[in-house]
Amino acid sequence: MSAPIEASPPDAAGKIVDLELARALEAASAVPDPEVPCVTVADLGILRSVDRDADGAIVVRLTPTYSGCPAVIAIEMAVETALLEAGIDARIERIIAPAWTTDWISAEGREKLRAYGIAPPVGASGGRRAFFAEDVIACPRCGSSATSKISEFGSTACKAHHRCDDCAEPFDYFKCI
Amino acid sequence: MDAATATQDTAFQAIIELADDCLILGHRLSEWCGHAPVLEEELALANMGLDLLGQARALYAHAGEIEGKGRSEDDLAFLRRERDYRNCLLVERRNGDFAATMLRQLYFSAFMQPFWRAVAASSNDEILRGIAAKAEKEMAYHLRHSGEWVIRMGDGTEESASRMADAVTELHRYTGELFLASPARADAIAAGLLPDPDSLRTEWDRTIASVFAAAHLTIPEVRVPQKGGRDGRHGEDMGHLLAELQFMQRAYPGMSW
Repeated sequence: MSAPIEASPPDAAGKIVDLELARALEAASAVPDPEVPCVTVADLGILRSVDRDADGAIVVRLTPTYSGCPAVIAIEMAVETALLEAGIDARIERIIAPAWTTDWISAEGREKLRAYGIAPPVGASGGRRAFFAEDVIACPRCGSSATSKISEFGSTACKAHHRCDDCAEPFDYFKCI
Repeated sequence: MDAATATQDTAFQAIIELADDCLILGHRLSEWCGHAPVLEEELALANMGLDLLGQARALYAHAGEIEGKGRSEDDLAFLRRERDYRNCLLVERRNGDFAATMLRQLYFSAFMQPFWRAVAASSNDEILRGIAAKAEKEMAYHLRHSGEWVIRMGDGTEESASRMADAVTELHRYTGELFLASPARADAIAAGLLPDPDSLRTEWDRTIASVFAAAHLTIPEVRVPQKGGRDGRHGEDMGHLLAELQFMQRAYPGMSW
């Protein structure tokens, strides 16, 4: 369930014809998240689209993870810079609807998070959950499912803090929202 | 504009009420920085405050666009007088101890989580629906976190239980204002911009009753419910809060980081 990234429509042979747009998509997709640098903005699904507006200008649309995420502006600047370095002048737009969900983190992104030591979100996003309900979060180091929640809120808005009861390693869990 | 059916001024005022609730409570939570009982709660309080400030920013920016007078989110957050803030009294109440802060968060998030869900489902304003869809998830988190603390403390030691009971006595009288619609809000409801807060009363009552039952707390009878914030009539805590919140912009007008 990765994020749908819109590139220019391919021609009949399935070949992308707008090369500048393809390069823009490539440059924007490769920008790492400033707080979780093991994944890119494309992996996280916060890069929503790269396409051309009616006047032919390249528009990159990004969406924030949390309302108050302090990295929003840093991410927008990083994407703009990456595009400038690729020689592409693009407009960055912030979109808030539809709201970002962890369901948009790609399978590749989830594996990168785990390899980096951050447990990826478990299950599909939902609404309200029961008090004291505990999800089974596998330790990203040893794989054990005997883990405990230390705090609902971790080092950034998008993470919670857990500990492995088997290997004793504390780790971040990418909250499922 | 999607909100065209509500008058511009009505829509602006109704959204400002929501933004002010988020800003003022977010600011209150930020006052805990460096004072929380444990490191994990330090992070939790700052994180919840950040969510609320983020919601406030999006709401102010949207209100400013609807108003169409060129006021930015910063102008609205920092450069109004006390009587122009339309937050409910609950959110401006001084933090008190950790019990009072968590109870206030429970009261607020038990209302706002279903409120945002209703906005996301039924508002005719696309931007509000987007803000709401994100805010609902954040408030679900706050509700769970604060509800668990109210249960832990109410069902905890003699000391924690008595502090939580004191917090209930102090704060419950402010909760009725959450369900009242100001004239601007009533217009916004009629225009399909926002849901009627009174329609969320049953769900809020049910949430609070279930938490209080687990926490061995009694829902008090409120003889004199407190209200006034939606008309700009605030308690004495509000001026002190604004003095700190607005200091930089008042002392150094137009300064930016």
